Amino acid sequence: MPDTRSTSVPGTVRARALPAGPGPTARLILLLLLAAVLVGLATAVLSLPPVAPGLGAVVTEHLPASGVEHPVTAVLLNFRGYDTLLELAVLWLALLAVWSLTPAPLAHEPTANPMLAALNQLLAPLMILVAGYLLWNGGHAPGGAFQAGAVLGATGVLLHLSGRRLPRAVDGWPLRLALLLGVALFSLIGLAVMAGGAPFLTYPPASAGGLILAIEAAATLSIAATLAALFLGGRP
Amino acid sequence: MTPASLYALVGVGLIVLGLYALSVHAHLLRKLLAFNVTGSGVFLVLVGLARRTPAAAADPVPQAMVLTGIVVAVAATALAVVLMLRVQATCGRAALNDDLGTLEPLQPPPTPPAGGPAASAGSAEGAPPALTGTTAHAP
Amino acid sequence: METLITPGNDAWVAVLNLLLDGLLGLLLLWLAWRTLASADLFRAIVLFIAFGLVLAMIWARLDAADIALAEAAIGAGVTGALLLAALARLHPDRPGTQARPRGSDAS
Repeated sequence: MPDTRSTSVPGTVRARALPAGPGPTARLILLLLLAAVLVGLATAVLSLPPVAPGLGAVVTEHLPASGVEHPVTAVLLNFRGYDTLLELAVLWLALLAVWSLTPAPLAHEPTANPMLAALNQLLAPLMILVAGYLLWNGGHAPGGAFQAGAVLGATGVLLHLSGRRLPRAVDGWPLRLALLLGVALFSLIGLAVMAGGAPFLTYPPASAGGLILAIEAAATLSIAATLAALFLGGRP
Repeated sequence: MTPASLYALVGVGLIVLGLYALSVHAHLLRKLLAFNVTGSGVFLVLVGLARRTPAAAADPVPQAMVLTGIVVAVAATALAVVLMLRVQATCGRAALNDDLGTLEPLQPPPTPPAGGPAASAGSAEGAPPALTGTTAHAP
Repeated sequence: METLITPGNDAWVAVLNLLLDGLLGLLLLWLAWRTLASADLFRAIVLFIAFGLVLAMIWARLDAADIALAEAAIGAGVTGALLLAALARLHPDRPGTQARPRGSDAS
């Protein structure tokens, strides 16, 4: 219906469509609605008790059995492993969607700045070192797969901006393997523990530390590769 | 007022600000920025309320959820960027500019090249027979 | 440090902390407003990166060091680079010149 209308009288439609954004009445309704949202949310926040124990005590109680010493890592990779596994899958699905929308790499060749290239030559090894440190740190202090993957992915973006490209040899299935490794290893380990009678993703406490570190290492690689590939925005 | 509820209120402000900009702006990149600001507001409410613990450490469960959420937000942003580029490639502009929020189906050039779309449409109308003609002759 | 903390000093520290939190919160809201209201898209994205960095400081204030690390790397770094690259692909000829946010966005 709107199609025929716009093709029949294109001039009038364009004249009506030019003032972008809502009109005064729509804007007033929008402001009223948003004021209601603001008041409602603020009231909800302020009506909560100022002190709430939360789930911290429960996490601390079960921390010795999780295989790591840092509560956030324990929640991410042990207690709420489903969330993290599905989150890795979402990241991978987003990349699949991006690749199917842009079959070729987007033709945006940045002019390789020699200053940036020289800086990156110094920065890249340091950032890889930082990523490794963060990954190892995740077991007992703030850090872990997400932060390490983000730093590593940012390294890839910086290297791309300074004119470096993936070698042809790594371009095909090795890259796909790196993208899929996190989800694959996470699911495989989750399924493997079921052989011992445990539910999905419930690691035996004795080997939980090693399993979590292996999953985190694979996830770091996958997150870094996915983030860099999302930035490039095309199937290499 | 504790810092926890103060930051949660700042998060509420970010949500409302982002929702307003999301509804008002026509350009898709601005909508994307507004979407990210709204998401940050939601994260701030979650983590702010997680800090209401009596102990020294905050509640780790909402923190882990927000950590996951940040990564999902950047994946959604990358997908939205690609969709926006496709909208621009298809419609010639990366903006919604109708009152109803629907994409204008016509090509972007306004009144001066008014003959342009019509002429190109005419040639497009003329093209298929010629094409079928050549394919018919080819074998 | 420990020897200096008296009841009076405790109150002073609490006031200073609240002042810092309020300042950071207002700064964040102001940056978000400028991001969403600025006429220039390039400026808006740069302001958004600054928004991400201030947000990372707030995560640190909220004892969420994990999120602060992730926000500094992803929220400010990767998202900012992604949006700047998107802007460059939208307008390969003229980076950063855009129509006003309200009114004629027809460009």
